[in-house]
Amino acid sequence: MSAVSAGAPAPAAAAVMVAPLPRVLLTQVRSELLMRWRLPTFSATNLLLPVVLFSFFGLPFAGRTTSRGLDLGVVLLTSFSAYAVGQVMVYGFGIGVAIERGQRIDVLMRATPLPPGVYLAAKVIVAMLFALLAVLVLFTYAGVVGGIRVPPATWVSVTARLLAGSVPLIGLGFAIGYVAGPNAAPAVVNLVYLPLAFASGLFMPPEQLPAFVQRVAPYLPTYHYAQLAWSAVGAGREPVATSLAWLAGYAALLLWAAVRAYRREAERKFG
Amino acid sequence: MSTPLVELEGVRKRYGAVEALRGVDLRIGRGEVVAMLGPNGAGKTTSISVMLGLRRPTSGRARLFGLDPGDRRARSRTGVMLQESGVPGTLTVRELIDLFRAYYPRPLPAGRAIALAGLEDKAGARVAQLSGGQRQRLYFALAICGDPEVLFLDEPTVGMDVEARQAFLVSMRELAAAERTIVLTTHYLEEADALARRIVVVDHGVVIADAPPADIKARMPSKRMRFRLSGAGAAALEGLPVTAVERTGDRVRLLSAEPETVLRELFRRGVALSDLEVAGADLEDAFLALTARASEPS
Repeated sequence: MSAVSAGAPAPAAAAVMVAPLPRVLLTQVRSELLMRWRLPTFSATNLLLPVVLFSFFGLPFAGRTTSRGLDLGVVLLTSFSAYAVGQVMVYGFGIGVAIERGQRIDVLMRATPLPPGVYLAAKVIVAMLFALLAVLVLFTYAGVVGGIRVPPATWVSVTARLLAGSVPLIGLGFAIGYVAGPNAAPAVVNLVYLPLAFASGLFMPPEQLPAFVQRVAPYLPTYHYAQLAWSAVGAGREPVATSLAWLAGYAALLLWAAVRAYRREAERKFG
Repeated sequence: MSTPLVELEGVRKRYGAVEALRGVDLRIGRGEVVAMLGPNGAGKTTSISVMLGLRRPTSGRARLFGLDPGDRRARSRTGVMLQESGVPGTLTVRELIDLFRAYYPRPLPAGRAIALAGLEDKAGARVAQLSGGQRQRLYFALAICGDPEVLFLDEPTVGMDVEARQAFLVSMRELAAAERTIVLTTHYLEEADALARRIVVVDHGVVIADAPPADIKARMPSKRMRFRLSGAGAAALEGLPVTAVERTGDRVRLLSAEPETVLRELFRRGVALSDLEVAGADLEDAFLALTARASEPS
């Protein structure tokens, strides 16, 4: 460093002595994208699993009409889109954060000038991009293979609702990621997310589920997440405002749990 | 000393029942190359963690560039190589170095950081495929890629082979010549001596010596002697040129820089000794000598 920068820097000089945040964020997003893309645990699971499941549980019903006169193929496509976005969030953050903790990547990152907010923002942006891609792949597959045609405006509406409503699932993912170890995390996310998805009617119509599940379902975050998406194709069973209220409540609860788990971990590692 | 870049003021750090630091005061100025030397568990890593803001002192204060160590402006002038920290294995060496460069306002060119760490052949390799020694070089590249004014290196040469160690030594000299401030930890006296111009000896959470390498070495015993005394009194061992004496029954353990003189003197006094053993003193012995714990009855 030049002798000029020795001594106490003036406030104006201090301001330019950090890297510009947009550049940091952009580079962080690019790296996170590469990391996720190169890990089949994330990329293959996030993009292909919804397609596989939809082939079994969705495609056979393409062309049928529901009791309310809706295209069942479109309704199920919406259900599996909700499943896909939720999976990107819960698995991505749940397993991703647990792995980073296990490999102590968080320790080195914490010692760099990278602001934690930028680190977090990059993760959320990349998850959103993956979710968008997952929905795109699913809709394309449904259109090409199943002949399920959806107007672009509907696609945009469903996708926007799913991304905006995913905050509680991001919270759930983070909470699991900070509590579970790297080996336990994959099991925990499956044990938590799959029953939630099933009970909320993402894999089969809610009416076909056991009675006790139907009684519990309206209290689950994924149930209202599904309702939010279904209402975009006329299949919702509750007003959008009700879905949003439930999701906001769950977002607050799960983000609080995530922050608590994070603080406990930070106190142990960096206190 | 000019304005200290790194400052610890009466720092204590307690982990549950264990007090890792028991009042450490340290000021490190621009351009200093300081080695923190001590056995495992002495408090070296904790000291560095507090300097970096990775650990909060239980009491006392840490400053980095006169700022809170966690301040982004301080971190932007700091490079770090930590023990037991990881990096994402799916990125290539160059991608990871480029990522870290983006965190700093005026980073080194990527090629320069890669060359300084001796990773030219591995720039395109995924991090997960690196050997332990190569990984250590990568951590060094990540520490210097932001062209930091202060470099913290916690046990930098662990896992390096002889060749890597030599290359590391050369890079360190270049950095020191460029007026960079370097704080490193090691438990090898030779390494501290080769790299640093100031050695801070830490043991049991306190600084027990802080001096140039030559002074520290002069205070370190070079040899450890063991023997049995038959029938001699305590007076037989008085006034010898030793740094520590330990006597258990007829067994005697001495630390001395001049074992020949000690033996000559013992024979002159007519002391009968048996089972004589003379060996090079290790760091444990050196700490015994420096803390003079050995001379206290145990």
